[in-house]
Amino acid sequence: MSPQVFELVLLTIVTASMPLMIAALGELVAERAGVLNLGVEGMMIMGAAIGFAAAYLSGSPFIGALAGIAAGMAMAALFGLLTIGLAINQVAAGLALTIFGVGLSGLLGSDFVGLKREGSPHLYVPGLSDLPLIGKLVFGEDGFVYAGFLLVALAALFLGRSRAGLALRAVGDNPHSAHALGLPVRRTRFLAVLFGGACAGLAGAYLSLAYTPFWSPGMTAGRGWIALALVVFASWRPWRVVLGALLFGGATVLQLHAQAASLGLPGQLMSAVPYLATILALMALSAGTRRNAAAPAALGQTFVAPR
Amino acid sequence: MLDSTTKLALAGAIALGMATGAMAADKLKTGFVYVGPVGDFGYSYQHDQGRIAMQKALGDAVESTFLESIPENDSERSIEQLARTGHQLIFTTSFGFMEPTLKVAKKFPNIKFEHATGYKRADNVATYSAKFHEGRYIIGQIAGKMTKSNIIGYVASFPIPEVVSGINAFMLGAQSVNPGIKVKIVWANTWFDPGKEADAAKALLAQGADIISQHTDSAAPLQEAEKAGKLGFGQASDMSRFAPKAQLTSIIDDWSGYYTGRVKAALDGTWKATDTWGGLGAKMVVMAPFANMPDEVKAMAQQTTADIASGKLNPFKCPVLDQAGKAAECKGGTALDDGQILGMNWYVKGIDDKVPQ
Repeated sequence: MSPQVFELVLLTIVTASMPLMIAALGELVAERAGVLNLGVEGMMIMGAAIGFAAAYLSGSPFIGALAGIAAGMAMAALFGLLTIGLAINQVAAGLALTIFGVGLSGLLGSDFVGLKREGSPHLYVPGLSDLPLIGKLVFGEDGFVYAGFLLVALAALFLGRSRAGLALRAVGDNPHSAHALGLPVRRTRFLAVLFGGACAGLAGAYLSLAYTPFWSPGMTAGRGWIALALVVFASWRPWRVVLGALLFGGATVLQLHAQAASLGLPGQLMSAVPYLATILALMALSAGTRRNAAAPAALGQTFVAPR
Repeated sequence: MLDSTTKLALAGAIALGMATGAMAADKLKTGFVYVGPVGDFGYSYQHDQGRIAMQKALGDAVESTFLESIPENDSERSIEQLARTGHQLIFTTSFGFMEPTLKVAKKFPNIKFEHATGYKRADNVATYSAKFHEGRYIIGQIAGKMTKSNIIGYVASFPIPEVVSGINAFMLGAQSVNPGIKVKIVWANTWFDPGKEADAAKALLAQGADIISQHTDSAAPLQEAEKAGKLGFGQASDMSRFAPKAQLTSIIDDWSGYYTGRVKAALDGTWKATDTWGGLGAKMVVMAPFANMPDEVKAMAQQTTADIASGKLNPFKCPVLDQAGKAAECKGGTALDDGQILGMNWYVKGIDDKVPQ
């Protein structure tokens, strides 16, 4: 493999991993607060549709990204009202949110099908971005990539090192005890769900603004579901989401390159590699000690304050 | 909240309204069932364009309804709903609608059905499809002329006969003008995933391909070609707006003539449960304008289009050699017959790869 191809493979792995990483991070925070939101796919595709529409109308990918975040948050707010406000079953509401988002995005985005935008601008640092191999990888990505890694770092700090993060985890582990201690269970959960929506919306906007700069109905193609699986894969720890997303994106991209390079490996099997890798990693995790897993004890349980 | 009696009454009223509506209309009601959204800018979009053209051509004599994004495994009730609401001619436009269409057709023997890309017919079920491989022969020729690296990248979806025969027709077209050409195939194992399709195209470009051909539905591979300053072909519809500098042409599915003809036949009472497999000659397959190529290549492509349309040239004219160099049995006399093409699961000579099994 020539250095140019090697560099391209690395760059492609980063772009393929980014939407998974960002969406999974948001879901991770929501789940640490005890809310299982299966609507990631729906929030993500709304982010893709609205993000593209806003960027197209305004001409600015930044405004597009903000609009994508807002769309994801609006969907999450709806989910929050249902599951936290009205204590509706989270699994049912999440599935409904996905179906709703896929349909609504198709409707709202119908005027923007077949329109084209330029891709999002990439960072360019004179000298550094031209370095061989790592230049573009470290100093030449688009804004979403840097924002994604920044979000992971902030979320890791927040969950692991801050008082508010501790409160959020308490709410996810035992909402009744948290409530008895005077913590605002429902408000915490609602904010966590909103953060999840914001991340899913941003991940969706990444798809329609940077990854493949156009809007098409159904373009998330199941990435929301993979993001959900990555949260479990990461055993609810932010930095492991990065690892999982890169592993998953890497396996997908590498199998495409293996086919293109005619390595003679069977295509269907290669397509299954990312999923197999995920299952193997899960087995390795559960074979190891359980103490590393940070599964929220009250995940998926609705909370109604006792009167 | 509505109580259940009100709901029931409401449902009854709606059903009654539908029934009377159907009786009041003396127009021919036609129904269309799509597997994807009409906004997919590809397969379902083209079917809907056909419906719109039919409606325009026949005007007040017909009425048309469509149902979009109907999952194949849950399509029976959608088809039945059309049948129950007074539709007399129903088009179901995806392979997976085959069994459900036949099931509903059995229940409604007086309603006419048409199923796209399938092979099972009944007294009131016709089938139709298009010879997309004819277009692939032409784009193969264009690629053969336009490539500088002699390497073509091919983003494929699933190893089914339609895709495999497309790759073969493409290769035969390319070899007819450029015997030394190579094609590299990447199976994306999806019909539609813009991100993955783009990554597949990137991988092919990295391997030296300077033209990207695709048998997946989004504009992403073509767009990657444009970004890299290379060339490519659109899929199902004219995608030049996504890649004005890269799109050489596109194979367009044009159902408008077929739909207009069939609905007209139903109006005239001459409709029969036929099997139609039309190509360039029947104008069911149309080439988008030839662009981004020198005039002599354009002239060649136009000539080939005309020759295939007139029947002078058959992409699978005998002898067709398999990878080992052995000629396939020539069941169609001078060319492979339809059955051989519809069931194709082997590559022609010169493709350095294996069909995934």
